[in-house]
Amino acid sequence: MNPLIPLFVAVPLAGAFLIMILGRFIPFLNRYLAAAVLLFLAFISFWSLIAGGDAASVYKMGGWGLSGGIPIGIYLVYDGFSALVLCIISFIGLMSVIYSMTYMHHYTSRNNFYALFCLMTAGMNGIVLSGDLFNIFVFLEISSISAYALVAFGVGRKELEATLKYQVLGVLASFIILFAIGFIYWKTRTLNIADIRAAFSEGHEKSFYLLVQLMLLTGFGLKAAIIPFHAWLPDAHSSAPSPISAMLSGVLIKAAGIYVIIRLFFNMFEITEGMATVITTLGVISMVLGTFLAIGQWDIKRLLAYSSISQMGYVIMSVGIGMLLTARGIKSDVAALAITGGIFHMLNHAAFKGLLFLNAGAIEYSVGTRDLREMGGLAKSMPVTSATSFVASLSISGIPPFNGFFSKLIIIIAAVMGHFYLLAALAALVSIITLAYFMKFQRYAFYNGNTGKTLKEIKEVPGPMLLSMIILAVACLLLSTLALPAIRDAVLTPATDILMDQMKYSLQITGM
Amino acid sequence: MTIIVKKTTQLIAGIIFLYGIYIVLHGHLTPGGGFAGGIILAGSFILVILAYGSDFLNLVRKESGSTIYENLAILVFLFLALSGLLVGAKVFFTNWLPHGTPGELVSAGLLPLYNIFVGIEVAASILTIFLALVIFKEEVLK
Amino acid sequence: MIVYILCFVLFLTGLYGVITRRNLIKIAISLSIMEFSCFLFLALLGYTKGGEVPIVDPADPVKIYVDPLPQAMVLTAIVIGLATTAMLMAVIIRIYRKYGTFDIREIKNLRG
Repeated sequence: MNPLIPLFVAVPLAGAFLIMILGRFIPFLNRYLAAAVLLFLAFISFWSLIAGGDAASVYKMGGWGLSGGIPIGIYLVYDGFSALVLCIISFIGLMSVIYSMTYMHHYTSRNNFYALFCLMTAGMNGIVLSGDLFNIFVFLEISSISAYALVAFGVGRKELEATLKYQVLGVLASFIILFAIGFIYWKTRTLNIADIRAAFSEGHEKSFYLLVQLMLLTGFGLKAAIIPFHAWLPDAHSSAPSPISAMLSGVLIKAAGIYVIIRLFFNMFEITEGMATVITTLGVISMVLGTFLAIGQWDIKRLLAYSSISQMGYVIMSVGIGMLLTARGIKSDVAALAITGGIFHMLNHAAFKGLLFLNAGAIEYSVGTRDLREMGGLAKSMPVTSATSFVASLSISGIPPFNGFFSKLIIIIAAVMGHFYLLAALAALVSIITLAYFMKFQRYAFYNGNTGKTLKEIKEVPGPMLLSMIILAVACLLLSTLALPAIRDAVLTPATDILMDQMKYSLQITGM
Repeated sequence: MTIIVKKTTQLIAGIIFLYGIYIVLHGHLTPGGGFAGGIILAGSFILVILAYGSDFLNLVRKESGSTIYENLAILVFLFLALSGLLVGAKVFFTNWLPHGTPGELVSAGLLPLYNIFVGIEVAASILTIFLALVIFKEEVLK
Repeated sequence: MIVYILCFVLFLTGLYGVITRRNLIKIAISLSIMEFSCFLFLALLGYTKGGEVPIVDPADPVKIYVDPLPQAMVLTAIVIGLATTAMLMAVIIRIYRKYGTFDIREIKNLRG
């Protein structure tokens, strides 16, 4: 058993409480301690990804192994899919902490900020690593409560209203999930994901199965902001401080929402055609409606928040295509391609959406406003911000050679090869409209004639903010190398294999 | 509050504190344990604050004392859990002290220690929440 | 069977309160009612016919016990519910200080 696995959860948890104690006595230590914790996490996650190879590891906490063939302990499972999501959590987290070293000058009680940030990271790592349902619920709550507190960090009127909406909807979702976990326990008498799959494969009633699947899709769909449940996302992501917006929109809706949906629907439930159709439809509606709602926005962060909804629609649509083709039992290599495209787009979106939110924060730090109608001509006075924002806008619109182009290309090719021509046409259309409103953002913010404040007052942002934006822009370029077949087989194919192969996940738990 | 409430609180608050300690210590034998005992411990402090009023007790503006206890208790708990990696079977969260006979007070390995530190932590955090909601009396928008 | 239907009726009562009440404190209390219905449902799942309290008596260890796993789940979930309610209450008190009212129809700054 790999001894590094429990450190992913234990180290940020210890770091959070250590920051609370030490930050009270030594004031400047809190941000360096948070940066040290996240640097350690980034190091071990990338090292485990590169040195781990194809094998998955199962960590049995407390040494409680199998008893009579039934897993009775709490298991932490580290396989190909978890490895990728752990890497993006720690990388985007590290960039946000470096950015917030100088951004958080305006705010007070910075101790609490860094402690809550580490707690949120511990919660997300726990969701990704856990191997049974109730642990997913507990860690989901840890990260959600930290996120509620972080959204309301600068306690003004708008932030409080945004976090109230987020909280009421989030608590509703959590208790629908708990109800669904109760239903599953009633029928299968176990909580381990592999064991539930074994119990379901022996026989189940169709109406009960459908009820549980719909309840879990509602609960986790609300955490992932799919279209009928998206009402909290524009307010929460636009009112939070910018490094928290980057973490929320870049990582939390993926680790707490989409990762769990993919994991449960592929590895726990057997894939049925009705559910696959529902998921694909929700993905298409999110993709199209998110784009149309984003066109008319004049606030930078609300525009970016609505475009998050539409890009998550891409991921869910391509995963739904993979599920449909697997359920019909035809063309399994096209299904694998669709799922690979979805996971690749998830990784890319973390990088460029994080970069875009950090840019919006830099603009707000220098200019003082977020409204696009009140600024202009910033390309001359903020060169680094405008260059990295240009890179990110090209990435999200799907222009080669940046990473967005390759992932959207894989999704569209998979849709065409599976004979879903309407979905491929919609995906291409939404990509063109995305290009349109990001060019609007670029023009009004950076290249317009100079309206508003005079050029002398606007300076470039301080050093640590620039460093994090430049590193993310370089990562956008480097991620496009994942499309090359050699690197793709090493990184993305293990993730797809765990999801597509019907028995591989269960075998690794009951076999060890 | 009236004189009856104040006198009763003076008499009862210490007994409630003792009862909370009893529930925490016998967590591996009877129902209860760390969380329930911690709530009762916090309840005794909150009873005193409610009966006498926060102005009378001169509560300090920053609730620094209870926060430090809470953080220290969690750090000790995590250290005990991580100590399983160093001693014995080298797995996180193992129970490496000798188990003893079931039914005694000193038995079941590390469990009484976990219960004690969880009890301290829960009591300190509930007290912190209560103080944070009570102390800061700012003005309302007119 | 009828106890499970009553749990669900309690859940719907809480949901009705969240949707139709205007006062913020009543919304928070309705959310708590919804949580408690979930805990009741989970605790009722563990019933086995003829079961005893799941505490092992060293003198007579072989008996039929009620399932203790849902009870552990409910304890954890009660702690989580407490933290969530405390967070919601803190936000509501701050909103009262900023806006001067508990009425949810007055709090509509963010639109679009």
